[in-house]
Amino acid sequence: MSFLTIENLSAHVGPSPILRDVSLSVEAGEVRGLVGESGAGKSMIGKAVLGTLPLAVQVTSGRILLDGEDLLAMRPRDRRRVIGAKAALIPQDPLTALNPSRRVGPQITNRLVDILGWTRQDAQMRALELLHEVSIPEPERVMRAYPHELSGGMRQRILIASAFAAEPRLIIADEPTTALDVTVQKQILKLIRQMQQRHGTALLFVTHDLGVVSKVCQSLTVLFGGLVLEDTRVEPFFAHPSHPYSAALLAATPKYTDPDASLTPVPDAVIEGVQAEIAAHDRMQPHV
Amino acid sequence: MADARGLVKRRAGVRLWLSASWLGLLVLAAVFAPLIAPQDPLMQDLFGARLPPFWEAGSDAAFPLGSDSLGRDVLSRIIYGARLALGVALIAGTLTCLIGSFLGLIAGYFRGWPDMVISRLVDIWMAFPPVLFAILLIAVLGTGLSSIIIAIVVIDWTRFARVIRAEAMSQGAMDYVASAQVSGRKRFSIMLAEILPNVLPTIVVLLTLEMGIAVIVEAILSFVNLSISTDQPTWGSMISEGRLSIHQAWWVLVFPLVTLFLTVLSFSQLGEGLKDHFDPVLR
Ligand SMILES: Nc1ncnc2c1ncn2[C@@H]1O[C@H](COP(=O)(O)OP(=O)(O)O)[C@@H](O)[C@H]1O
Ligand SMILES: [Mg+2]
Repeated sequence: MSFLTIENLSAHVGPSPILRDVSLSVEAGEVRGLVGESGAGKSMIGKAVLGTLPLAVQVTSGRILLDGEDLLAMRPRDRRRVIGAKAALIPQDPLTALNPSRRVGPQITNRLVDILGWTRQDAQMRALELLHEVSIPEPERVMRAYPHELSGGMRQRILIASAFAAEPRLIIADEPTTALDVTVQKQILKLIRQMQQRHGTALLFVTHDLGVVSKVCQSLTVLFGGLVLEDTRVEPFFAHPSHPYSAALLAATPKYTDPDASLTPVPDAVIEGVQAEIAAHDRMQPHV
Repeated sequence: MADARGLVKRRAGVRLWLSASWLGLLVLAAVFAPLIAPQDPLMQDLFGARLPPFWEAGSDAAFPLGSDSLGRDVLSRIIYGARLALGVALIAGTLTCLIGSFLGLIAGYFRGWPDMVISRLVDIWMAFPPVLFAILLIAVLGTGLSSIIIAIVVIDWTRFARVIRAEAMSQGAMDYVASAQVSGRKRFSIMLAEILPNVLPTIVVLLTLEMGIAVIVEAILSFVNLSISTDQPTWGSMISEGRLSIHQAWWVLVFPLVTLFLTVLSFSQLGEGLKDHFDPVLR
């Protein structure tokens, strides 16, 4: 059985749907890519799993099973405890993901104290180990620093350390390299991959870059307008994507086509086709 | 660029230093009033009425800032008046700050029904003209120190609640709050440990402004004779009395007025200066 299973999840902001019957699953220890352009609803899926959806977003139907437990059926307090123990987030923007007015150290150790009930001293030791593991020089000094004193890459390393700290079995990485310099992106990507393999964590990797998916993921889900267009293993996808939108997306990704060929943006006809698909899907829904 | 920043910083430092010195001086004066004051602030001497300040002809060295129409020493009355002014500023300012900030944090971070209740309450409150509200409250509660303090708290908590609510709301949308929620922390503890430190600089500024406002409100209430018993010297009652003899003895009005002005100004400058000390990015 999968570690994370999302079944027919729909969510709305007011009357407008932002997730449409989304189903996807992540096996234990597996890396699944969640691909789609900006606004497709990728972050909302992650937030739905972690229980951090904005107030305006209502889940209207569906189930989320984390390690067999039905999250949406639980009381909020129990849900937070289950999620805290089993899942964690590597966020998109390492600047707003660390509290600017608190030192870095306590922000990592807090998780160990909160989730695992460790003592401060034990948590401190473990945090130093983790910072060492994500190749942060002078971990003692960094623990005492404020976030603004560190570079974006350093901050993201700290957030990776913090995400793995309590040994969650699922990590959701929401475009973890998008906010970083190009030179740093590769290192961070490699680090996430290494950490994931070493700890055997399942990873839901949100990205809009198919190049990254081909390097990191075993399976992927393609999302557009909150609708899942394709759900497949990586090898067949890159060999022959089954959905026209996937094919167009692949053609628009450098490296996986002929490097000399000019990149073709997703053609309007394909977009119109997907929009027709979404409209057809919405017509099938019972009107509320 | 670096020079300009240094200059701004130094000027902010001077402001902070000046305002802190003035307020420090006032606190000392208030605490040690019986030791410092040259005269008994209540002692009347009709033969020594309207003595001018020390640099004018006909002054008396024992009355450095002159005396009022009843022959009471202006300096001593200002020093004793500082007791009430600072007492009100400290107690009313702190209470207003605690209550208003707490409600603002709850509304801004928890949202939902607590926010509905608190925001509605703020809206209703804002519909009352504050000075009328204060006078009405004092009329109901009776005059006295605790009535002044209650009036200030009741009227001004909305100032904190509104601003802190907005700040807590924008902080609450940050990813670091989501991370804290994902790790299963109680929401109340997230509010205190994660949100509060980030709104603290704003709270400090509002608090010192509020202390200045409390000094003014106390002076206004004294001015209209609604503060504490009239024989105790207060800056407001001094200003009110000095107004009557402005043409014969300007100093009776001007010295307490200047003291009031400097004090209110110092409170606001202190807040601006302290804000940077509470902000890790600017520190
Ligand atoms: N706080 C919010 N309130 C209401 N709607 C939102 C909010 N945040 C995002 N949305 C909407 O939800 C949809 C999905 O957004 P998101 O999941 O962030 O997309 P992405 O795939 O880029 O991560 C978008 O249409 C966006 O406009
Ligand atoms: Mg996103």
